[in-house]
Amino acid sequence: MRTVTLGLKSLWLHKLRSFLTALGVVFGVASVVAMLAIGEGASHEAQEQIRKLGSLNIILESVKPPENQSASTEQRSMVIEYGLTTRDMQQIRQTIPGISIVVPSRYITEVIWNFDRKADGQVMGVLPVYPEMRNRVVTQGRFFSDLDLTAHRAVCVLTASTAARLFPLSTPTGKAVRVRNFYYTVVGVIEDETRAVGTDTSPSSGGESQAQILIPFTTLMDQFGETFFRYRTGGFEAEKVEFHEAIIRVGNADEVESRAEAIRHLLGTNHKKEDWRIIVPVELLKQAERTKQIFSIVLGSIAAISLLVGGIGIMNIMLASVTERTREIGIRRAMGARQGDIVVQFLIETVLLSGAGGLIGVALGLAIPIAVSHFAGVTTVVKAWAPTLAFSISVITGIAFGIYPARRAARMNPVEALRHE
Amino acid sequence: MADNAVEPIIRLTDIRKVYRTGDIDSQVLGGISLDIFPGEYVCIMGPSGCGKSTLLNVLGCLDQPTTGDYFLGGQNVAHLNDDELSSARNRNLGFIFQSYNLIQQLTVVENIAVPLYYGGKTDREMRQISEKLACQVGLDHRLNHRPNQLSGGQQQRVAIARALSNSPLVILADEATGNLDSKSGKEILDLFDDLNQQGKTLVFVTHDERMVERCTRVVRLRDGLLDRDEPGARSVARPKVAA
Repeated sequence: MRTVTLGLKSLWLHKLRSFLTALGVVFGVASVVAMLAIGEGASHEAQEQIRKLGSLNIILESVKPPENQSASTEQRSMVIEYGLTTRDMQQIRQTIPGISIVVPSRYITEVIWNFDRKADGQVMGVLPVYPEMRNRVVTQGRFFSDLDLTAHRAVCVLTASTAARLFPLSTPTGKAVRVRNFYYTVVGVIEDETRAVGTDTSPSSGGESQAQILIPFTTLMDQFGETFFRYRTGGFEAEKVEFHEAIIRVGNADEVESRAEAIRHLLGTNHKKEDWRIIVPVELLKQAERTKQIFSIVLGSIAAISLLVGGIGIMNIMLASVTERTREIGIRRAMGARQGDIVVQFLIETVLLSGAGGLIGVALGLAIPIAVSHFAGVTTVVKAWAPTLAFSISVITGIAFGIYPARRAARMNPVEALRHE
Repeated sequence: MADNAVEPIIRLTDIRKVYRTGDIDSQVLGGISLDIFPGEYVCIMGPSGCGKSTLLNVLGCLDQPTTGDYFLGGQNVAHLNDDELSSARNRNLGFIFQSYNLIQQLTVVENIAVPLYYGGKTDREMRQISEKLACQVGLDHRLNHRPNQLSGGQQQRVAIARALSNSPLVILADEATGNLDSKSGKEILDLFDDLNQQGKTLVFVTHDERMVERCTRVVRLRDGLLDRDEPGARSVARPKVAA
């Protein structure tokens, strides 16, 4: 304890020098903690979204092909026809084994009304199993049933944000919303959709989430048909899409990837254009994990390098300090200090230096993620082990880089040390 | 107790010190035997290069003789390892240097306490002993000053207090008055007289002829050998060597 006080005193004597020396460790530790938090946050977010998509699912989406591709083939008909077809669905169901459910869905972009309140959004035609497939929880009322589906009923489920926009002051269940001339009775509210990173295609991406209402698939087909017209500046365009999306559930988790490969192959032969896309959450999850691993390696290297640099800085200063204090060492040795006492004295100084640097670094490293999530809206996750690890490494750095100068101090010949000017 | 029962506090028997630089051996001490008894005030003198400093380093357990035995307070310290030597220094010896050798960042009290610190005393004991010693050497108004705020004479007083703090068997000094003007030099010499009168054993290496008039014994070295060993001006009847 007394040695600690002694160390503090001699560091305090050279405040600026001590501070600058510790700065290397401060930045090293701060960057480790901050980057780990941001990295954890990013992968946490990604994994959360992917998990929402369902690990047993394979999601197929129709994609509007690029203009130049469609222009050459579809110009005459004026109707752009693309996407997943009934034939695709049938083939998948018939030829690929181990698939338990196929849930196709269709959506159109329309304005959704509640009297004079409106929201631009999607009307999605889906099957009753949809919430379960996509891990979306019904928060109010119920989802529509098989009966609703077979009876082609005009019922709907709103997403939470849509409900808030259209019914800001009242509960929406039991009320009706209007799309074009059709009225739908609201039977429930479902939580908003979380889109996986990199799969976001909705036009409102980045801003507030698009309004969404879910209606029975059959009802949608009855009322809106297969062709969707949309007026645009300079004319109108028509799109014919049979299914916008299909979710395929695979019975066995081990088979997801091989089935996905088979579906890829099947769709590849059916479609000449790149008008479909396959999302395999499991693959994404694995990819996210790989990315995280690479990220960790990169972070680890940066941390190692910055701490190495910090450590070298400390060693450099301590060596200078040992030379500068040669006479003090000689005096202490003459007064009865053993080599071990001198080692401890200098080692404690370096550990104090690097430890203090580590603490400031941890504080800084915790502040950075808070600032980042506040200003950039990025999720950051600080795991308890990250600052602990960073701090311990800073202390270990102090010991590792302090041992040589300390031993050099202790090994000095006391007679020569006393003579040193 | 009879004269002939007194044990020497320091007994050197045929101490040789050879320095090896490259292939050349140079003998600095060529076989010195010397007994020093409690209460003696010994001045070691001689021309430069005669081996005084080396002898003092050996006496101070800072350096070890190449051959020979050195009994300090009855313990043979000639062949101890580094840690044992350190502890022997701490227990038995007090050092006073020509250039004071105080630790600049420590206060007067803290400097005096350095040997106590390595002697394992508690903070309280350290404070008590060093404050008492500081008063004893006339620095009671300077307790928390740092060395650079003190005059040379005052710094040497701090060094003396430090040398006394662990109640050593012997106080060793190397040109203790060498850096001081004649007035403060005299004050320090008076202080040494007092210490000797209190029964402290002093072994000094010096050029200062004034010391000869105050000490009890003068040992003169020449070329690494004992040249003359004569009583000083204040010499008392030398006790006989114990059988």
